[in-house]
Amino acid sequence: MDWTRILTNVAGEAFAPATAAYAMAAIGLNIHFGMTGLLNFGQAGFVLLGAYSYAITAMAGWPVFASVLAALASAAVFGILLGIPTLKLRGDYLSIVTIAAAEIVRIVSRSTSLTDLTGGNSGLSGGDGYKRTFESLCPFPDGTTALGPFSYSNCAGSSWWLRLCAWAVVAIACLLVWRWMRSPWGRVLKGIREDEDAVRALGKNVYGYKMQALVLGGMGGAVAGIFYTLPTSVQADAMGRTMTFNIWTVLLLGGAATVFGPVLGSVLLWTVFMLVKTVLRDLQLEFLSSTQSEAFSWMLVGLTLMLLVIFRPQGILGDKKELSIDVR
Amino acid sequence: MTGLTLLVLALVGLLAVPTGARAATAACTPDASTACVGGTVRTSAGDPATGVVLTVEGQGQSVEATTDSDGRWSAAVTKAGDYTVTLDPASLPAGEQLRDPGKNPRTVSVTLNAQFGALFPLGEPRGGGTATPDPDATDGPTAQPEPGGSSGSGVTGKRVAQQLANGLVFGLLLALVSVGLLLIYGTTGLSSFAHGEQVTLGAILAYWFVQSLGMPLPVAAAVATLLGAASGWLQDAGIWHPLRRRRIGLTQQMIVTIGLSMVLQYLFQFLLGGGKLRIDTSNPSPVRLGPVSLPSQTLLSAGIAIAVLIGVAVFLLYTRTGRATRAVSDNPALAAASGIGVERVIRIVWTGAAGLAALGGVLIGLYFQSTSWNMGGTVLLLMFAAVTLGGLGTAWGALAGSIVIGVVAEMSSLVIPSDMKYAGALLILILVLLVRPQGILGRRDRIG
Repeated sequence: MDWTRILTNVAGEAFAPATAAYAMAAIGLNIHFGMTGLLNFGQAGFVLLGAYSYAITAMAGWPVFASVLAALASAAVFGILLGIPTLKLRGDYLSIVTIAAAEIVRIVSRSTSLTDLTGGNSGLSGGDGYKRTFESLCPFPDGTTALGPFSYSNCAGSSWWLRLCAWAVVAIACLLVWRWMRSPWGRVLKGIREDEDAVRALGKNVYGYKMQALVLGGMGGAVAGIFYTLPTSVQADAMGRTMTFNIWTVLLLGGAATVFGPVLGSVLLWTVFMLVKTVLRDLQLEFLSSTQSEAFSWMLVGLTLMLLVIFRPQGILGDKKELSIDVR
Repeated sequence: MTGLTLLVLALVGLLAVPTGARAATAACTPDASTACVGGTVRTSAGDPATGVVLTVEGQGQSVEATTDSDGRWSAAVTKAGDYTVTLDPASLPAGEQLRDPGKNPRTVSVTLNAQFGALFPLGEPRGGGTATPDPDATDGPTAQPEPGGSSGSGVTGKRVAQQLANGLVFGLLLALVSVGLLLIYGTTGLSSFAHGEQVTLGAILAYWFVQSLGMPLPVAAAVATLLGAASGWLQDAGIWHPLRRRRIGLTQQMIVTIGLSMVLQYLFQFLLGGGKLRIDTSNPSPVRLGPVSLPSQTLLSAGIAIAVLIGVAVFLLYTRTGRATRAVSDNPALAAASGIGVERVIRIVWTGAAGLAALGGVLIGLYFQSTSWNMGGTVLLLMFAAVTLGGLGTAWGALAGSIVIGVVAEMSSLVIPSDMKYAGALLILILVLLVRPQGILGRRDRIG
């Protein structure tokens, strides 16, 4: 077994664009669940809408900032549409409606009848040109750069430029969340999480605050979608239920209602996942095909989620007194 | 569990033997009295696919070949003429499927003293996708041909009737699996996201019993149901009862069910691979009822579903345990105070619900004409939609909701592309919640 290569792969995973994307999506979910107590089981729907909105407008020749705005706007509209029927109802209604709505956007965007727009079930690839506007902003020269053992291209595909942008955005998001948590607005959200009726009795518009949190967190998901698809391709099926559940695992692993929990959770989950997967593959066990070792790694993710919620619901960074998972 | 995989593979191999002389894995050289049919099977990633079983039949001969470690296979035949080459999809490596299932089996015209190729490319059937099956990559049922076989465009009376019939049958099967989900929700307050995997469990157990152990289908369905029920008992005893004792909150338990659903789903993929599994490979004969034509098997499934649902209703309404179940649903504390063993009732509900899910899984697997490791995921959302639509916590609501979801899903393919039909059903859920949050038959006080 080639440990140098394995460890390089694993360490590379720690700052890969997909890891940043998961951190970003979990930051969004943290605004929903950690700050406000909303049970959103459709975060992947926001990610998907962000990814497709960005890609389709970028292919139409919009500049990057306009495409990003389109992604944010689609997430906002989706959030408002979801919030109107559910935010006045009990928590589990929101969870069922969000998971259903995320599934609706996935089924619709992979439908063959929309092939002209979304690429149907084969999705959009770099050849369709949605990466061009982002890559043309790259300030570095063409070619690849090696920093220590890590060698990536400067501008194209899964590049240093993309890593730089993705993690810069994650850092800004962490800063914002840190500010918001300490703001009067953030304290109202926290109040809603702990006791909705008490906040209502104080004269706050609970419905409005919940809607703001839903939209804002959804926008986090949409940004995640951009970074998730820029290194590879836009595939509706990669942004389904499993992604939502992974985002939950990331958030609960790092610690909900904390600033750095989502980032830590994402880095930890994906490096360990990569480690298990590559080690199993490299062992070349006779009874374990590479598909099976991947399935096995996913089983471990599920098991992690179960054990976390049972034995350490506050995650690594969380404070048990600060967050009781059980929302009403 | 790996032992089980090996066992399955071994049994598949054993079953395959009687169909033809096991020969000709050794390379075949054509001569005046021999012709060779052969090819190379590669996985979608381009690696050789080992152990794939192919049968060459025709001119009174049947030769079986297995691909070697280079993915090559060849079969020697001794007469000129047309031969049918069939690749056994069950023997493909885990996660692989034919790119063009329509070209299996295919016909090859053979002349003596020559070599003939029959290539079976592997990969995603409809283009795109990755070598490792993504949990959502196949929509399970969506990719299947419409049961009852009405495709084509234009809304005609005949198609409306056909889709309505399909929808009613599908709704009944959905009700069968939803009622368990609902009873668990009613007695414990838990929305179990792992209930879809209970459905898959029934279907793949039936597949395994029929295709690998050679059991007759009814026996396989009965055993799968019993084993499903046992898994429900085990799950409550091993996970949910201890969690309730630890006073773990309901939302936490719900997230645990999500984790459990991932574990089970990937366990199924681990054991049986990512391909489609046909429980019953025969082609059932269609039965005509007026303008509607349904496979006889589907009619039987609907009959079973109705009978079992009536049984559940009788159980809930007239038996002591059934009344106790309803009492626990209404108010667990009061039920416990009046001497009902709440935990005992919950254990019975879990056992029964998982049994119903397994039976429903077998029937749904037959209705979709195939099952796969992620079938439960698709069905789960429709179950949630049905239960929420009917009104959380009412048994009749679950039946009504299921029928509505089934009919909407099947009928919506009249007006929207059929790969979007489940989106239509889920959209109805959201629309109904907008105007009537308590669902069709729900009570106002339950929506909090």
